[in-house]
Amino acid sequence: MSVVEIKDVGKTFEGGTTALEGIELAIGEREFVSLIGPSGCGKSTLLRIVGDLIRPTAGTVRVNGKPAPQARADRDYGIVFQDAVLYDWRTVARNISLPLELARWNRRRRTGRVQEMLRLVELGGFESHYPWQLSGGMQQRVSIARALSFDPALLLMDEPFGALDEMTRERMNLELLRIWEASGSTIVFVTHSIAEAVFLSTRVVVMSPRPGRISDVIEIDLQQPRTAATREEPRFFELVTRVREALHLGSDLDRKLAAPAAEAQP
Amino acid sequence: MTTAPVAVQPIPRGTLAGRVGRRALDWVPALVVLVLVFLIWQESIAVFHIKKFLAPQPTAIASTFWTNRHELISAGWFTFQEALGGFAIGCGLALVVALVLARWRGVGRALMPYMIAANAIPIIAFAPIMNAWFDPFSKGSKMAIAAVLCFFPVLVNTLRGLTSVRPQSIELMRSYAAGELETFRRVRIPTALPFIFTSLKIATVLAMIGAIVGEYFGGAFTALGVLIDSRSTTFQFKEAWAGIGVACAYGIAFYLALALLERLTLRGVPSTDD
Ligand SMILES: Nc1ncnc2c1ncn2[C@@H]1O[C@H](COP(=O)(O)OP(=O)(O)OP(=O)(O)O)[C@@H](O)[C@H]1O
Ligand SMILES: [Mg+2]
Repeated sequence: MSVVEIKDVGKTFEGGTTALEGIELAIGEREFVSLIGPSGCGKSTLLRIVGDLIRPTAGTVRVNGKPAPQARADRDYGIVFQDAVLYDWRTVARNISLPLELARWNRRRRTGRVQEMLRLVELGGFESHYPWQLSGGMQQRVSIARALSFDPALLLMDEPFGALDEMTRERMNLELLRIWEASGSTIVFVTHSIAEAVFLSTRVVVMSPRPGRISDVIEIDLQQPRTAATREEPRFFELVTRVREALHLGSDLDRKLAAPAAEAQP
Repeated sequence: MTTAPVAVQPIPRGTLAGRVGRRALDWVPALVVLVLVFLIWQESIAVFHIKKFLAPQPTAIASTFWTNRHELISAGWFTFQEALGGFAIGCGLALVVALVLARWRGVGRALMPYMIAANAIPIIAFAPIMNAWFDPFSKGSKMAIAAVLCFFPVLVNTLRGLTSVRPQSIELMRSYAAGELETFRRVRIPTALPFIFTSLKIATVLAMIGAIVGEYFGGAFTALGVLIDSRSTTFQFKEAWAGIGVACAYGIAFYLALALLERLTLRGVPSTDD
């Protein structure tokens, strides 16, 4: 059974912007799917529709076999944004336990789970710190711990490492893969970085703008588990090139630049 | 596959005594200014032969205060009770109305123009009316005036606090299937707390002003405003100044009490004022 099933989804905003059109995608259990595409092609919109934060104007989305609103009510997914979006007045531990409080877990269970999560994201000893006492990368790890704390089947991530420097980002990539393996969840991941998408994913979904569509889906057949050495394999570079070409084919500008040449041929 | 643990140490928080010591040091410049002002005041009255009954020397005011301390302090207490009552009513109502307006924006759009208009009524015009509506010798009439003065700043600031939540914080709550009530309790109200405390601190001062101004238009003989008014009309300026000093002391104590409450409540939030 698919964890996410997107059928013919479209979204036209009130102002008349058509952000998405005819999106078809099925995501299986334990997959790691990256959405990549030029700015404004509707990646965030698609992610938010899957999470039922906004409603599509066409088509249907099912998560864990249920309509998206039902899945949200059942807390079937966790979400991580580009900014950590932590609550400043709560300590690290209380930020992680917020979803658990809302799900009415008792205190003992909450404390146990928070400790487990802190170990998972390697932030042991920081539970009584406030968010503003942490670095950006640490804040983002708290946000990941919070999203995973209630053990959702699906993790939605919108450019979670976009604001980090290259070094931290690569380390966070490895940590995310480790967390993905340990937690057994399915991940939908939005990114602007081709290398990041290829390194992390089992599949890369390439999108093109105006209106947002899926222009290509590329299987990433790199060996699991991925390590720092994966980035140096020839196959890694082949796949990066493959995604880059798919991105350029999908973009308007390249289509226009390519058009005269195509016409010139007999 | 493991990565090296991050080399970030927990932030040293300092001892309590150390922090109190540093706080006390922060006050030194302000105290120096106060002493200087009093010295200049004291000396210039002697040097420039200013009529003593118009601007009494600080030492004369202090000794007047000391001889009349029982009367002054109990008059101040009477007025402070009025201010406190008005503060509680005005701020309480403002908080409730702000919650309603933040929840139902349509109501806010309908009511806001009238509340802004009501806020524009000068308190000098309003005070005699309140004295006429309620018994001028009761505490109630002064509480009404203080409440009206407190209401608007608390309403506006609370409303701004409740609505200045980042949209993503709300989306996050939505993703946890949290209801409207939970979102208010766990996100909107905590976000608004610094705004609320700022306005409550302003309201302490406004409540004292409201009570005293109200008493100028008639009030119990045991009230501080009435005392200041009657002494200055009979040229007992030392007594009047001593009364003003007592009013300031109550006002400052009220303000500091709220500031302390704020510190205790917002312990985790990085404060912007130090
Ligand atoms: N609330 C909204 N109201 C109107 N239009 C919107 C809204 N949100 C997004 N859009 C439009 O929808 C399109 C897709 O936006 P979206 O944020 O999904 O893009 P994105 O692929 O995530 O871009 P980026 O990579 O820059 O984050 C854009 O043209 C944007 O202007
Ligand atoms: Mg986006």
